[in-house]
Amino acid sequence: MAQTGTAEKTQYQGQMHLLQKEIMGRYFERLTRAAEQGDGKAVYMLISGNPVELVHAFDMIPVYPEINALQLAVKKVALPFIQKAEEIGYSMDNCAYVKADVGMFLGDRKTPFATIPLPSLILCNYVGCNVYLQWFEHLAENCNGEIYNLDVPFLREPSGVPSQQDVEYVVRQLEEVIEACERLTGKKLDWAKFRKIVALSGETGELWSKIKALTKNVPSPYDAYFDSVTMMAPLYCLRGTEDGLRFFETALTEMEEKVRMGTGPLPEERFRFVIEGPPPWPYLKTFRDMFSKWGAVAVASTYSTVGGLWEFGFKHDANRPLESIAQHMLQWNVTNRNFLQRYEQIKRYVNEWSANALVIHSVKSCRLFSAGQGDMREYFTKELDLPTLLIESDIEDPRYFSEAQLKNRIDAFFESLEHKKLVRGGTA
Amino acid sequence: MTNLEKVISRYREPLETYPLDLMVEWKKNHPSRKLIGCYPVYTPAELIHAGGMIPVGVIGGGNRLEIAHADSRFQSFVCSIVKSTLELGMVGRLDFLDGIVFHSICDPARNLGSVFKRNFPRLMVEYIHFPQNMTSRHTVDYLTAEYRRLKTSYEQVAGRPITDDDIRQSLSVYNQQRKLLRELYAIRAEKPQNLSTVESYILTRIGTILPAEEHIAILEESLGEIRQRNEKPKDRIKVVLEGSFCEQPPLELIEGLEAAGCYILDDDFLVGYRFFTQDVPLEGDPIRNLAESYINRSVFSGVKHDSREPKSKHLIDRFKETGAAAVMILAAKFCEPALFDYALYKRALETAGIPHLYLEFEEKMWIFDKARSEVETFVESMLFD
Ligand code: SF4
Ligand code: SF4
Repeated sequence: MAQTGTAEKTQYQGQMHLLQKEIMGRYFERLTRAAEQGDGKAVYMLISGNPVELVHAFDMIPVYPEINALQLAVKKVALPFIQKAEEIGYSMDNCAYVKADVGMFLGDRKTPFATIPLPSLILCNYVGCNVYLQWFEHLAENCNGEIYNLDVPFLREPSGVPSQQDVEYVVRQLEEVIEACERLTGKKLDWAKFRKIVALSGETGELWSKIKALTKNVPSPYDAYFDSVTMMAPLYCLRGTEDGLRFFETALTEMEEKVRMGTGPLPEERFRFVIEGPPPWPYLKTFRDMFSKWGAVAVASTYSTVGGLWEFGFKHDANRPLESIAQHMLQWNVTNRNFLQRYEQIKRYVNEWSANALVIHSVKSCRLFSAGQGDMREYFTKELDLPTLLIESDIEDPRYFSEAQLKNRIDAFFESLEHKKLVRGGTA
Repeated sequence: MTNLEKVISRYREPLETYPLDLMVEWKKNHPSRKLIGCYPVYTPAELIHAGGMIPVGVIGGGNRLEIAHADSRFQSFVCSIVKSTLELGMVGRLDFLDGIVFHSICDPARNLGSVFKRNFPRLMVEYIHFPQNMTSRHTVDYLTAEYRRLKTSYEQVAGRPITDDDIRQSLSVYNQQRKLLRELYAIRAEKPQNLSTVESYILTRIGTILPAEEHIAILEESLGEIRQRNEKPKDRIKVVLEGSFCEQPPLELIEGLEAAGCYILDDDFLVGYRFFTQDVPLEGDPIRNLAESYINRSVFSGVKHDSREPKSKHLIDRFKETGAAAVMILAAKFCEPALFDYALYKRALETAGIPHLYLEFEEKMWIFDKARSEVETFVESMLFD
């Protein structure tokens, strides 16, 4: 029986993983060169609905403090930075992404993966998360850097689409960002090059959306939470580049091959679930194993749509580069959508990706994701009669990961699903 | 009893229990009037008022409300006011409202707006996205458009169009209200012995609930009396208080802070109701004027991120202008904006050599001894230093 089994092997190393290491390695080297030799100008940005195409068009280097924070957690070196931030006045209750990054930023900015360059421009693309504004406000004060708050109106109309005025407002601000980049680099924007980048971005998004559709297969060829992570960094850092495109071509080919072979991330796929909320980076592997032992595979995740939501048909359009970047920022990412739109997104995943459960991972740091997830659970269990599990830990702070407790909750949940499955006669 | 004393004794109890009941009563006598709840911090109340409706501040549940349902919807690490507001709705205490408006102040409040929409389909639930780009040439256009969108939504509830003249009329009412509140605060900054913070708080807080015209009448009368006062200053330290812009501390805590040995010369309680430093101009496009005032004539706050100047500069300026001796940070527990601001304030205050005390509160707190003794210790350290 699965509940007594040890963790299944979940590691799959294909061409795409090697390629990912190679291109991300090059990206981090570029950061270090910029930091240590002054080679290139860094633009700090946020992942949510990022306008990375513009940054590439100026040959500037996109730097995401969120990736810094994430990498610090994955490499298990975040805690001392978090504590350093708490010593200087940050609260236990503040988002630990910010604390880890600020703690690191105030030192020599050397990390196990790169030396982080100082910013030439702090571009706060305020897409959804209010903490972003404060994070970048603090970075700007800490280095006396130039900051631009790119204000992206939240989706608030019942239609769920941005108004023409909202699109216009974002486009006008993007033009101001262009002015700033022109001033900082001393170069005019090369529109032909920019269009080409947006076109590459469009192709990349399309590939990513095809990759995401593959998890509709039974078994799912990969885990849409734990394995998507490999693909997210290139999507944000290298979207709009040839390297990025090549990576997604390789990934699609490999995943299609797995579909043909009928293989998935686990020896046997026994449960298909949708997962909501960011992962616990400091304990990703431990957390994954808690699901693997049950043969549970995530077939869709909201977290993988933070940077962009491509699987419902959005594509960057090189003929309308600024408008389509604005659309991406406003409408086509999970963070700028309202909470009820997230319910809809999950519902769609459950139906179209044939899932039989929902797991909500509530993280203390990220109230954008978590505040109100109890209502979400209420909706899915009571209104939609979907087995739903709500568990708590953190995205960044290792002090909030209680392994035994999580394991108990997850075991109890899948045990009861298993029981239901038996009662129903073997089909979930 | 002076009129002011009457006002205080009339309203203190409802404010300490269920302030919104004041309007539940009112509604019984005005059954045809529409009431729109306003979550903190700032809302353009004029647009509601111009539609013949009453904006009613829904500012948490205080410390009498038992949270029995909402804590299964919002986690333990979310601030009290989000949960108490939902609880108020779930136990039917917001049934007298026709709508409610939330704002882009923080992530929990934003998600709360969605949760309201799902759980109370009868209510009109609006959400205002306030701009956070204070430097763009296009921000005023944006906010003007946002206010026009809102106006359309309010027109539907009001059942009638809202004209520019209606809005101008409302602007002048709220200009008057804000002007009187500024006067109230000026008295405290200058002669704090003549007006306690808890009195000024009560006078301000009732304005978040009662119809503006009624509030203005109360303020005018009270101000007249306060100006007659001539108390002898006590041996207390003077502070400015910051961090309570959204969730509100219990009256007893506010009172306790002063009683522990200080005069609070300025604070950011209910700051959204005193949001502008000057009147909103009446000539020209009134909606645009209101939007433009937000960008260029509003006070600083933990939920407005203005890259033109550091927040700590504003705080230090206010400290200097009022002639205070220290700063008191009073942040709502789990209030992410206030907690983040503190990290900046702390450094700036230390650099400037300004003593400060950091405290946290919750609206639902009952016991004030700890806060009080911390203030006492702080005051003693200042007085005998
Ligand atoms: S609150 Fe969430 S989205 Fe915002 S910075 Fe923190 S982890 Fe990121
Ligand atoms: S108290 Fe703070 S965190 Fe809570 S709703 Fe208000 S601004 Fe948001």
